[in-house]
Amino acid sequence: MIELIAQNPILAALVALVGLSILFGALLGFAAEKFKVVGDPIVEQIDELLPQTQCGQCGFPGCRPYAESIAAGDVINKCPPGGQSTINAIANLLDVPAPELDAEHGVESEVKTVAYIREDECIGCTKCIQACPVDAILGAAKLMHTVITDECTGCDLCVEPCPVDCIDMLPVAETIADWKWSIPTKPGQMIVTDRRGEVSPAVQSEDAA
Amino acid sequence: MSRTWVTPGGVHPPENKHQSVTLPIGQLPIPEKLVIPLSQHIGAPATPCVEMGQQVLKGQVIAQAVGMVSIPMHAPSSGTISAIEHRPIAHASGMLAPCIEITTDGADTWIEHQGISDYEHIAPRKLLEIVGNAGISGMGGAGFPSAVKLNPGRQRPIDTLIVNATECEPYITADDSAIRERAGEIVEGIKILSAILDHPTNIMIGIEDNKPEAIAALAPHVEDSGISVVVFPTKYPSGGEKQLIYILTGKELPAGKLPADEGMVCINIGTTYAIKRAVIDGEPLISRVTTVTGDAVGTPRNYDTLIGTPVRHLLEHNQFDEQAGGRVVMGGPMMGFTLPSADVPIVKTTNCILAPSYAEIPDDDPAQPCIRCGMCAEACPVSLLPQQLFWYAQAEEHDRLEAHNLFDCIECGACSYVCPSNIPLVQYYRAAKGDIRQAREEKVKSDHARARFEFHKERIEQAEREKEAKRAARREANQQAKTDHVAATANGSTVSSTAPSAPATPSGAVPSSSAADIIAAAQARAAAKQASPEDQRAKLERTIASAEQRLKVAEEKLAEAINDDSGKQDKLSAAVENTRQKLEQSKSKLAELAE
Repeated sequence: MIELIAQNPILAALVALVGLSILFGALLGFAAEKFKVVGDPIVEQIDELLPQTQCGQCGFPGCRPYAESIAAGDVINKCPPGGQSTINAIANLLDVPAPELDAEHGVESEVKTVAYIREDECIGCTKCIQACPVDAILGAAKLMHTVITDECTGCDLCVEPCPVDCIDMLPVAETIADWKWSIPTKPGQMIVTDRRGEVSPAVQSEDAA
Repeated sequence: MSRTWVTPGGVHPPENKHQSVTLPIGQLPIPEKLVIPLSQHIGAPATPCVEMGQQVLKGQVIAQAVGMVSIPMHAPSSGTISAIEHRPIAHASGMLAPCIEITTDGADTWIEHQGISDYEHIAPRKLLEIVGNAGISGMGGAGFPSAVKLNPGRQRPIDTLIVNATECEPYITADDSAIRERAGEIVEGIKILSAILDHPTNIMIGIEDNKPEAIAALAPHVEDSGISVVVFPTKYPSGGEKQLIYILTGKELPAGKLPADEGMVCINIGTTYAIKRAVIDGEPLISRVTTVTGDAVGTPRNYDTLIGTPVRHLLEHNQFDEQAGGRVVMGGPMMGFTLPSADVPIVKTTNCILAPSYAEIPDDDPAQPCIRCGMCAEACPVSLLPQQLFWYAQAEEHDRLEAHNLFDCIECGACSYVCPSNIPLVQYYRAAKGDIRQAREEKVKSDHARARFEFHKERIEQAEREKEAKRAARREANQQAKTDHVAATANGSTVSSTAPSAPATPSGAVPSSSAADIIAAAQARAAAKQASPEDQRAKLERTIASAEQRLKVAEEKLAEAINDDSGKQDKLSAAVENTRQKLEQSKSKLAELAE
């Protein structure tokens, strides 16, 4: 055996290499089957970061389809409810620069809103119920409808289908329980030169002179 | 004297405690109106159980506890309920919260109450119930319901009871003066606590060495009682729960753990007094010692204040000079907050009202840039890195903040105190904590919304699938019927002969494919309806009886109408005819059935 190898070194090396490559190929093939990842984990991660209002302002029917689209290479600035913080988070995840929110899809709202049905005016058409992506509207045909405030994501998809315009988007009032301190105004604004670009015109003209 | 440990960091601000202890604890006249907020504690707010205009007696329950972590509220004096509405309360936000207002009658009539003198022979559970019903929550700071804190049923028995008499914050002397005058009752309260906790082996009163009078007052009462008074050097902040536990036992409480997890209970000394009053005297918690101090008040001193007393009442009776002082702070100068208005009431956790003059506590100088001097890190009693936290809070980097243990910050203000750049560091941390909490809540909400959306989608798809299945079934049935029909005409046999003998289809299921099946099923249903002739007969008899009744009534009405000549005759006679016909029909059916 050893003699045979010693006599045909090139052949022996070839056989050994081919053998090894077949072995590792089989191992890799097996691993690919055995440890196959079901679904795309990046889609899950992006979906986690989206605000789940399911409002469709991005042009997709829900947050998950948009997450899938982002994973496939779509731009990340189409989500107004998430706003800049969501864009930043996704940019961080995907390791890409964070763009500004695309104004074409809407503007980021400062206050959170929930839908409110003026119940006297509701005719019980169930159109809003069908429009609600999270089943947050309660009611039946020809009976008054109402919004379960705690479940409402504020997507305002119910406003447009209402034939009698009895749905308002009301801002959620802040309570003592969810009040929080605000960040104090930034320090470090004592020196005029620190505020380049925002100094008063008078100072600027002095500088120029 | 037992050994003490030294916490890291800490500061030594001017104590300013001597001003308010020159006079004994005072009593104020009963204010005209008392405002009792329904939430003065951590946990669910109490629910009012009184009505507008109702007369209440001192000590009467006016709001009941809701759920496990909550406490009831009691009327601090007798009078009439004059409002149940939202009022400004002592909160940094300056927002309104539900309150009950009592217009006092000045008589201060107690409700009937009775204490227990031999608490040693009462089951701890019963004692706990008394403490809970007396509305006692921690009076040191956070206001955690005491009965919940003392509740057994945890994995570890309690072996150490720590009574917190540190009172480390400048200006405040409420506990100090209470110990000086009420040491006996306080020790009695500690003994009750010991009974509730099944006699822990180690009972310690932790007190700073700047209160020699209080230490001397405690000494005779704790002799031979197994309670040790542990004196340690003054430093701010030693009174935090975790700090005090470390000073007295050398044990560091892990982040996110409660003292009870380590077999310890830490309770404020003011609370022990309230527990004594509740158990021995049967009095709920309706008053507390509050320090009124600062250069803007005439005579700084401590008052035994009714809960619900407006801060304005306290100040007015203490020659408050509004010109000298710009603001009124609830709590001490380090951790207190400026009140939005002096109309807010004193609550169970209010240990101090500080009205400093401008000279005493000037307005903050504007903040300057951080120079990375590191003094804040040296001062931090929790060994955090305040300057790092400051940068991350500015950048709103929540992950980094959490990685740097922002939530271990006790907001003591030592870092802001030493900061040479006057940066309001604690406010940054509070804001960052608020943002992170909000982000967590939003995460929970968005996960919930996702689950609901997915369920919604699934439901719609399910409905769609069912519809499709039905449509397919119908199509197939039509097809089958057609082919059957063709076959039947070809063979000359009847459709019914091909029907299977057991056709009953379960209700709600998609109909089976053959049209013959459907027909057979209908026949079977009809047969089932005719199943019991007895039932049918009974039904018909009932119908006849009711029809006869109706006929009689209708005929009477008709007669009346004829008498009155009221134009309804035609209608009524038609109705009578109708009813008669129905009666005839039913009778003939019955006759058929009888055959």
